[in-house]
Formats: sequence, C-alpha cells, structure tokens
Amino acid sequence: MNDTPATPMPETGVVAPPAAAPEVAEWRQQWRQFAESKRALVALWVIGILLIAALLAPVIAPQNPYDLTAIDLFEGRLPPGSVGESGFVYLLGSDVQGRDMLSAMLYGLRNSLFVGVLSAVFAIGLGVSLGLIAAYAGRWVDALIMRVVDFMLGFPTILVALVLLAVLGQGVGKVILALVIVQWAYFARAVRGIALVERRKEYVEAAMCLNLGGARILFRHILPNCMPPVIVIGTMQIASAISLEATLSFLGLGLPITEPSLGLLIANGFNYLMSGLYWISVYPGLLLLIAIFSLNVVGDRLRDVLNPRLQR
Amino acid sequence: MLAFLIRRLMQSAGVLLAVSLVVFIGIYAVGNPAAILLPDDATGAELDAAIASLGLDRPLPLQYLTFIGNAIRGDLGTSFVFNAPSIQLIFARLPATLELAITAMVLAILLGIPLGLWAGLKPGSVFDETVVTGSILGFSMPNFWQGMMLIMIFAVGLGILPANGRGETGTILGIETSFATLDGIRHLILPSLNLALFKLALMIRLTRTGVREVIGLDYVKFARAKGLTERRVLLVHVLKNILVPIVTIVGMEFGSLIAFATITETIFAWPGMGKLLIDSINNLDRPVVVAYVMVVTLMFVVINLLVDIAYSALDPRVRLGGNPS
Repeated sequence: MNDTPATPMPETGVVAPPAAAPEVAEWRQQWRQFAESKRALVALWVIGILLIAALLAPVIAPQNPYDLTAIDLFEGRLPPGSVGESGFVYLLGSDVQGRDMLSAMLYGLRNSLFVGVLSAVFAIGLGVSLGLIAAYAGRWVDALIMRVVDFMLGFPTILVALVLLAVLGQGVGKVILALVIVQWAYFARAVRGIALVERRKEYVEAAMCLNLGGARILFRHILPNCMPPVIVIGTMQIASAISLEATLSFLGLGLPITEPSLGLLIANGFNYLMSGLYWISVYPGLLLLIAIFSLNVVGDRLRDVLNPRLQR
Repeated sequence: MLAFLIRRLMQSAGVLLAVSLVVFIGIYAVGNPAAILLPDDATGAELDAAIASLGLDRPLPLQYLTFIGNAIRGDLGTSFVFNAPSIQLIFARLPATLELAITAMVLAILLGIPLGLWAGLKPGSVFDETVVTGSILGFSMPNFWQGMMLIMIFAVGLGILPANGRGETGTILGIETSFATLDGIRHLILPSLNLALFKLALMIRLTRTGVREVIGLDYVKFARAKGLTERRVLLVHVLKNILVPIVTIVGMEFGSLIAFATITETIFAWPGMGKLLIDSINNLDRPVVVAYVMVVTLMFVVINLLVDIAYSALDPRVRLGGNPS
C-alpha cells in the first residue's frame, strides 16, 4: 500500500483528499478573513511575543530568580522602578526575598505556558482518538465512550482536578495528567459529532472501496476534516488549562515551589497584598490575564473564520 | 411523566454509584490510609493492627460494599482531624456555601439579563461593544486573581468593605445566616461579587445571543403589529423564549458555583464547605474529601433533575417521556 491513496485511479475522479494547491489558497483566504479583526490580530501578536519571551526567559530575564547568589535579601520589597545597591533596576519591583519580579514573571510564564500547551496537546491526542473510535466503531464502544464523556462533562473541571490532585499528590506530571483528564472529553465529543457526519460522505466510501484499513481511513481521511473545531477548542482549552493550573497553584495543589507558575507567584503575593505590596501579585496577575485573554480572543475569531455556516 | 421520573432517578443512582466507585478507588485503594493515620515511627505491628481495625485487610470488593452500605446510612467515615463524622462537618458548613452561591447567582441574573437584553437590542453600539468586551474579560480573568483585586481595591485601598470571614450571623427560620445582620450582608458583598463575575459574563452572552436570534422572528413582528407596547413585547414575548436556555444554564451552573466557591471561600476566608475541602486536602483528611465529593455529586444529580423538570414547564415543546402521544 503506497502513501497516496488517490493515485491508483485518478481518471475516475474518486480523489479522496483535496490536492495541495487549493488547500494553500484556502488557508490564505482564511488567514485574510482572520486578519480582518484588528483585535484578533493584536491578540495573535501578543501570543507570539509571550511565546518568544517564555522560550527565551533564561536569556532575556535580567536575573536568574532561582540563582540564590544573584538574589539580595536586603533588596526585598522594593517598589517598581527601584534601583538596587549594585545599580540593578527592579523594573516591576522585587518580592520579599529580593527576587526581581520581571524575571520571576518570565520564568513563571514559561512554566504556565509549558503546562497549558502540553496538557492541551495530550488532551487533543486522547480526546480526538477516542472520539474517532467512538464514531467509527459505533454500538457499545460508542455508547461506553460517550457515557464516560457525559460523566466527565457533568462535573466542573475545577472540582475534578482538585479531587484528582488530592489523590495523586503534587508534581508537574501529575498536574498535566489531571488537566488532560478534565479536558479530553471536550475534544472527544466535538470530534465524534463531526466524524459521524463525515463517515457517511462519499470520500470515505471511496477510501473504503480502495480497501484501505480502518485506522488509515480514520486518521488520514476523516481526521483532517475534523480539525477546524479541534483547533478552536484547542486554543480555548490552552487558555482554560493555564487558568486552571494557576488556580490549582493558588490553592496549593499545582506546580511545586521549585517550578513556580504565574499562579504560584500570585499566591505568594496574596499574603503581602494586605500590607500594600501590591506589585508582587498584581503584575503576575496582569500577565496571566493578558495571556488568557489573548488566547480567548484568537479562539473566538478562529471559531468565526472556521465555521462553515458563516462562510461568505 | 412518571416513567420519565423513574428513568431519570435510575440514571441518577447510576451516576452516584459510578462516582462512589471512582472515589473509593481513588481515596481508599490507592495508597495506604493506615500509614497516613499513624505517626511516622509506628511499628509494623501497630500498622497491622490499624489495617485490621480499618478493615483494610479484607478483599477490595468487600470493602467497597461496606463503604456503600455505610454511605447509604449516612456514614461516610470519621474525620481524622476533627474526630467527628465527616458528613456532619460538611452539613455544618453547607449553609455558608449555599448563601454565597445563591447571592452570586441572583446577582448574575439580576445584572446579566438586563445588560444582555439591552446589548442585544442595540448590536454594534458602543454600549454593546463595551458589554461584550467586558464579558470576554470576565471569562478570561482567573477567579482567584479577580477576588484579590476586589480585596485590594475595596478592602485595602478604599477600606469600605470587609474581606475576611462571614461577619456577624443571625438566625432566620432556624438557619444561621449572614442575611440576618447588616454586618453579615456587608461581609457577603465582596465574596458574592467575586463568585458572580464569571456567571455574569455567561448570562450577558446568553441573553444577548438569545435576543439577537429571536428579535427578528415573525412572532415578535406579529406581537408588535398587534399594537402591544414594546415593554410587553420584550418582557413577555421575547424574554419568555430566551428564558429556556437560560434556566437550563442557571440550573447547571449552580452546581459549578458550589465548586468554584472553594476558590472564593479560600480567598475570603469564608467558612463554607469549599474551604473545608481545601483544608482537608492539605491535611490529608480523606473521609472529609470523600464526604464532600459525595454530597456535591448528590446535589448535582438533584439539580439536573430539577432543571429537566423546569425545562418542560417552560417549553411545552419538550416532552419529558420522549413519547409525543
């Protein structure tokens, strides 16, 4: 079996996947449509900048917030814009331990995005596979998977994640596992719905006539047509994963203190909010809000662009 | 109706059973509760004795049956920390959480529906744009950070509202509540605002979308053509139709309010069952965690059932039995 399923009989017109050229044209058109919204364009730029800042955190951060030799305890609690004894400028102030807030935030952003993106990727993998299998297998497999999906979606994510982490304990891997468990069902439900429609279409029939295997039909033919909603939900779920992780960290059940996310930075600042040291929790919170807001704006726009019912 | 009720009740029992199984496996079967109960320097003999007294040496299915049997009789274990039945601890904290959740829901409805209605009637206007952007912001703002900002502005900055605890409580109809005293109501403002914001954003979106869908339909035009006042068209004809999805969401979201109350209660030191849950998780007080999960699940199941019934009352097109006869 070769890799191009359409080639054996091109003359008959049973070409399953669309050729490469029109696909690119379609993307261009969708991109133009996306860019019509200035708000979405700005949000996309912001996400790009945040991603780069997170990736380059060790390079661009003015200070390594975990290098104990770089931190001066006597320069703690400095308000934004203070200049330290050594001439170091604390642009966004310093926390109680004398850590530069800007540096701590860059590292925190890095951890937040890492957990959010990774958990969404795993949730997509698991949810999409189970959704496809449910649609394709039907009968009791479908019923079983969808009952579990209903069950999962019946409870608020925060509650499930809390209880899971209460059982599992702390750690980056466990937080990601908990996030995947609360998120996969959204993808499974969406993909199953579309796959049920898609599998009755002619190109699937054509692929079946070519005697292709079930897995191949599912993943190479049906899956690409299920992608638009997966992309939209994926964007939104990254946002909600980041928010959820921050919340769990705030409650003391998220990332460990050695790998603080933005949520943990905010939680640390909470204790000093009452004494007027607002910058320790306000700035990480603003950064978190900007990241989540941008992702939601982009997701919102993607939904409009990729929705075939709104196509002009 | 009766057949529907029976089927739904059986479904609900199934959900409860499934949750109990998951919780049982999660809390009791993973790890060793006896090891957590005893001090670190306990001897092997002491450990064995504890395992035997807790019934942990019996086969798992048998342990589960005992757990279920006790649960049905209202016994969900004894708290390690408080040394009291965990279910009683939860119920003692329930009124505080309920009053918070109810106030938040009422706030979200009373503010969200008029805002959404007005925004939906004037799409594209400055008011509409502001409301929509505000609601996306409301969705994006993590609950706990928003609560902290409320504390910073109103409690620390302006110093006009308390941000800690429940304040003075009085009794109404034998229930201890913050509604009874002025101090209690003052304490209730910030936490309930914090809890309401997310639902407020949701209410605005739902109402706005609903109005925009319905306003152009023939029956609205007909109502106007009949010469009804705009007030009556909006409040009776439009609102009644968009109320169906709203009631469903209000019902379903009430459960999630109780879950999200864990965060609000932690920030504002509100002595509800959410704070109890967080404290119990941090103290490894497993029986209380189990009791919380089971009580909340039961509440969810009951709420969902009520929503289904309310749904049919509001929308005659929905036939409960699934049989149009």
